[in-house]
Amino acid sequence: MSTLNVNVVTPDGTVYEGDVEMVSVRAQSGELGILPGHIPLVAPLAVCAARLKHESRVQLVSVSGGFIEVRPDKVTILAEAAETPSEIDVERAREAKVRAEDRLNRAKQEEIDFKRAELALKRANTRLEVAGK
Amino acid sequence: MASLREIKTRINSTKKTKQITKAMEMVSASKLNRAQNNAQSYEPYTQKIREVVASIASGNSDASHPMLEERPVKKTAYVAIFSDRGLAGGYNASLIRSFIDEINKRHKSKDEYGVIVLGRIGRDLLKKRGIPILDEITGLPDEPVFNDIKNITRLAVNMYADEEIDELYLWYNHFISPIQQDVTETKLLPLTDMSEETDSKQTYEYEPSAEAILDQLLPQYAESLIYGALLDGKASEFGARMTAMSAATDNAGSIIEDLTLSYNRARQAAITQEISEIVGGAAAQE
Repeated sequence: MSTLNVNVVTPDGTVYEGDVEMVSVRAQSGELGILPGHIPLVAPLAVCAARLKHESRVQLVSVSGGFIEVRPDKVTILAEAAETPSEIDVERAREAKVRAEDRLNRAKQEEIDFKRAELALKRANTRLEVAGK
Repeated sequence: MASLREIKTRINSTKKTKQITKAMEMVSASKLNRAQNNAQSYEPYTQKIREVVASIASGNSDASHPMLEERPVKKTAYVAIFSDRGLAGGYNASLIRSFIDEINKRHKSKDEYGVIVLGRIGRDLLKKRGIPILDEITGLPDEPVFNDIKNITRLAVNMYADEEIDELYLWYNHFISPIQQDVTETKLLPLTDMSEETDSKQTYEYEPSAEAILDQLLPQYAESLIYGALLDGKASEFGARMTAMSAATDNAGSIIEDLTLSYNRARQAAITQEISEIVGGAAAQE
């Protein structure tokens, strides 16, 4: 079976590199599933858990803020932050989630950056999902 | 000539200083190593973004973005990267000197520019000279991660997007070798030189559109460049500190040598004097 070479790159270095059969991510315009031989594509990504399928095993990588570049035999995900399950600080993500929820609740009464809190909540949820907690 | 005891004290204190500078030299050397590794692992990220932006910019010329276009300049912002701690030779001094010179040449009044400064020493130096500071970050770790400076990169890029500033320059020490760091100025925004790099001819589908992608990609690119400069600056800082400390260690060595020589001379003189006193005393007895 043909494979795709996947690279997940952040400013702090490469988070994941390997050959997979399928990549699925959530782009801002909707879910994207990429198989080998895809036409070259660039799309911005939503905060999501990227699923990298390899020999019926699925590797999850949490991705926040970035985009995906696709070539027929190569996929690059460029993100400001990305983590594999083992790298995620579950404690910190939980705290971030509570903080973000609290902010969202107060946002109704006070002038709080709603969008920012929402994004923070999404990031925290994604991390927890990837970590399997 | 100083007394024996005084010389002895000075030798001891110089020896202690030498131990400290020696230790700092070795610490800087290992930190330099890590800083260089970090700078290396950052490289593929910015390269990739650059590739994609260049291909969009050159591929379909109808895609335009305010960040790619020059506009009349009313206000300029500078991001200057200094260190938090001193004892790094000319690292901060040479940067501030060229920076101030350049600012004075370019601007007539203080309303025309503002500085975003990283590093405590730089902030203090700029404050003392009355330079307008837009924002500052101090106390950055030796191995910064992107999250540490996200706020400032976002601020700078947003200010440009909101047209509060019309140009953004980056000032930092570019690492060449442990003994050479060059003060470098890079024009960050607008990104005018993007379309020159068209070596990778790759045409992409854009989802949803080229504009939407530029909207996300360009700020991300500009932010990553600031981060890259910070990593470069950190490597320079440790390089400069390592060299300065190694020079200090050498100097301490030669001071100790000189002092030891004069210590021995003084000791010799004291013994000679004692002997001649005894001989003189014995002669007087006869």
